[in-house]
Amino acid sequence: MTDRLGDRIPAAPEPTVETVGYWQAADSHRLMIGRCRTCGEAHFYPRARCPRCLSADTVLEQAEGAGTVYSYSIMRRAKVPYAIAYVTLSEGPTMMTNIVGCAADDIRIGMPVSVVFVESDGGHRVPMFEPAVIVAE
Amino acid sequence: MSIRNQACIAGIYEHPTRNAKDISLAALHGDVIAGALADAGLGKDDVDGFFCDSDAPGLGALSMLDYLGLSVRHVEASESGGATYLSQVAHAAEAIAAGKMKVAVISMAGRPRADAAAGGVAPRPFPPSTPDLQFELPYGAELVNEYALAAMRHMHDFGTTAEQLAWVKVAASHHAQHNPHAMLPKVVTVEEVLGSPMIADPLHRMDCCIVSDGGGAIVVVSPDIAAGLKRPVVKVLGHGEAVKHQNGGRIDLTFSAAAFSGADAFAEAGIVPSDIDYASIYDSFTITVITQLEDLGFCAKGQGGRFVADGGLISGVGRLPVNTDGGGLCNNHPGYRGGMTKIIEAVRQLRGEAAPQVQVKDCRLALAQAMGGSLGTRHAAATLILERH
Repeated sequence: MTDRLGDRIPAAPEPTVETVGYWQAADSHRLMIGRCRTCGEAHFYPRARCPRCLSADTVLEQAEGAGTVYSYSIMRRAKVPYAIAYVTLSEGPTMMTNIVGCAADDIRIGMPVSVVFVESDGGHRVPMFEPAVIVAE
Repeated sequence: MSIRNQACIAGIYEHPTRNAKDISLAALHGDVIAGALADAGLGKDDVDGFFCDSDAPGLGALSMLDYLGLSVRHVEASESGGATYLSQVAHAAEAIAAGKMKVAVISMAGRPRADAAAGGVAPRPFPPSTPDLQFELPYGAELVNEYALAAMRHMHDFGTTAEQLAWVKVAASHHAQHNPHAMLPKVVTVEEVLGSPMIADPLHRMDCCIVSDGGGAIVVVSPDIAAGLKRPVVKVLGHGEAVKHQNGGRIDLTFSAAAFSGADAFAEAGIVPSDIDYASIYDSFTITVITQLEDLGFCAKGQGGRFVADGGLISGVGRLPVNTDGGGLCNNHPGYRGGMTKIIEAVRQLRGEAAPQVQVKDCRLALAQAMGGSLGTRHAAATLILERH
């Protein structure tokens, strides 16, 4: 498996009135998480009511877009193999995603990754992650 | 109030078919309900409670009650995937203890193979309004790669190996060879599991359960009804049910809701895991068994791989006989749902009616464990503890 992952076109997300802001932000290359203004906790996926304290005072907050791989799996039973993963964001919450921009064999749990926004099949862009580029000082 | 000793399982029936191309979904329900009632020695007019899941045809239970001409005073159409039926046994016991009914039938059936052959759609499509799926489907999330996420993390944290996962399948195949109805009755080796095609790392094809048609039914009765029956009955001793989900992004895939359902069930039954003589553990994938064995307390967290290795689950030779019918990995997994067959094999063991080659000697206490949904995202778990009468 030395093929570079990332040639798969993701299915278009189907937003509801509650989540359209998240997906519009992805179109402009911003990753959003949910933040509760009552308890202060971050959550993912973003939603109208806080899953920590049930407050309705939640807002979208732009995430840094950096995280580490919590777990991953290469789906081999597909026309184009792809890597599903959970990435733990620097803000705390862990989100489901795909790892792209590297070979399947290069993915490791704990690996630092950063967000990219991949065009979907006729819909909003989808946040995915690729190995973080370490810039030498 | 506890359901301990408040109800008995008096009848069971597992449909012998694994491919129902000539049997409708309603007829499958009819077959298993008639079969379970005959097994109990009860008739249609004795039934005053009915339980089904959301795959039963029609609105809730209405069409099935109409189809079978049943008249009941307690009805429940509930849904927690493959765990539904274990919860329903307990809910039936609660209703019996409350005097709401005396004879309940719990029915499940499915025909995914026949539906697929006829050009059917993917299993149980959820509407786009489901709040979580828009954050998962674009990433190609399916059951198999979601469970694989849990397996990969388990290996990372605890050193669990692909060979240990494979032992779960090997044990199931050793049992399935003695089941004339098993879909995959051939004994397989660890090497054969590891040599089967990789589906979603680290899960090979043989780490995955089968897809089959069929179903099963259970008759749950009050102790006074049970006292008048000729066939051996099984007492309901304890139950627990719980849901685990993504918790707003605080995700830990190394344990399941069985950690909660199991603790509640053991507390209600007043016993500990080492008292259990036989266990049915839902085996959608090999990792499902390892995770639940740990969560139920049969071994410490992280030790599940070592527990199942080297024939640990094979009846007569292992540490704990598990899924002696061949389980969902080899025998039967009707409608993508595992719980019904898990209860049925536990009852067979307690009655001494399992295949002779896998029957546990003097089997007095059994546990049935099932999960519905996905270990990798959100799922329900239910635990039942049963005792020979």
